[in-house]
Amino acid sequence: MAKKKKVIVLGCGRVGARLARTLVEAGHEVIVIDSNADQFRRLGEHFPGKTVMGDGLDIDVLAEAGIEGADVFVAATNGDNTNAMSAQVACRRFKVCRSIVRMYDPIRAGAYREEFGINTICPTEIVSDLIQREIEEGA
Amino acid sequence: MYIIIAGGGKVGYNLTKILMDKGHEVTLIEKDKARYAELSEELGDSVLWGDACEVSLLKDAGCNRANVLVAVTGDDEDNLVICQMTKAMFIEKTRTIARVNDPKNESIFVELGVDTTVSTTRVIDALIEEKIESEMLLPLTSLGKGNLEIVQVELSKKSKSVGKKVRELTLPDETILIAALRGDQALVLKGDVDLIADDTIIALTTKENERKLRKML
Repeated sequence: MAKKKKVIVLGCGRVGARLARTLVEAGHEVIVIDSNADQFRRLGEHFPGKTVMGDGLDIDVLAEAGIEGADVFVAATNGDNTNAMSAQVACRRFKVCRSIVRMYDPIRAGAYREEFGINTICPTEIVSDLIQREIEEGA
Repeated sequence: MYIIIAGGGKVGYNLTKILMDKGHEVTLIEKDKARYAELSEELGDSVLWGDACEVSLLKDAGCNRANVLVAVTGDDEDNLVICQMTKAMFIEKTRTIARVNDPKNESIFVELGVDTTVSTTRVIDALIEEKIESEMLLPLTSLGKGNLEIVQVELSKKSKSVGKKVRELTLPDETILIAALRGDQALVLKGDVDLIADDTIIALTTKENERKLRKML
């Protein structure tokens, strides 16, 4: 296994929850934050990681979650802007500058990648490119 | 000046009207369609319907010739992104002003490149505090050229000095407590007088020490 990492996952939706589970299975330390505690059900019954209910934009919530000393910050909420802001707060306030941020809007994803040096992943681009490839190359 | 305002709530709407009255060219962007309809009935073409976080909309709003962009939506993350996208995608030197709903975000916004932040909570707190403070200390008269003054300070149950003797108080430099008005009595404030709530203290102090005196009492 790769070196054990401490990962903060903001947003316990489909992507956040699945990622948290697979990271834990791979032996990493995972802390999941979501403002809606119901979302933690997605993690399954015996999730060994830590869950924190609260607003991921709130500096106090991030501190309480134990962001200090984390290796990676993942922002996977439904809000592009929440993700953009929380990743910048994580870097500025808590020196957790390795972040991976989901952004649905390709233009924002591009701008934050190029102008702000944030590692953004844009599912809109990826999925539409895949579909187009299927259309053009598929039998 | 050309000013773009993102967010047509009470703040954005009033700001738009004030700036228009002063002769500025203003575009107001509102995301909610029903609210947009309301606003455009009064402000006409100056209102645009859409999400100010979308670059295409900022472009339609004329962001590439804006002098100032003001983001006053109710969501801090939106206000931050609107300001950052304006500078990153259009003109770097466009002045950006963001409303900060959570006062904790003020300093981080500045670090992240927003030129000016306005925290409604902090502004209101400061105004109320100032009002309370100014009501608690009243200058009665000034002596000489105004460097010394006689002031009146009302004590409340929460005042630090209540329950203490005059000699136990720490006072700022160049300050003397003269008398206390208690009910219809006036007492000379010697060292052994106990201060109680609702006393009105008459003191001699300097303009510079006025604030300190109020805090210490």
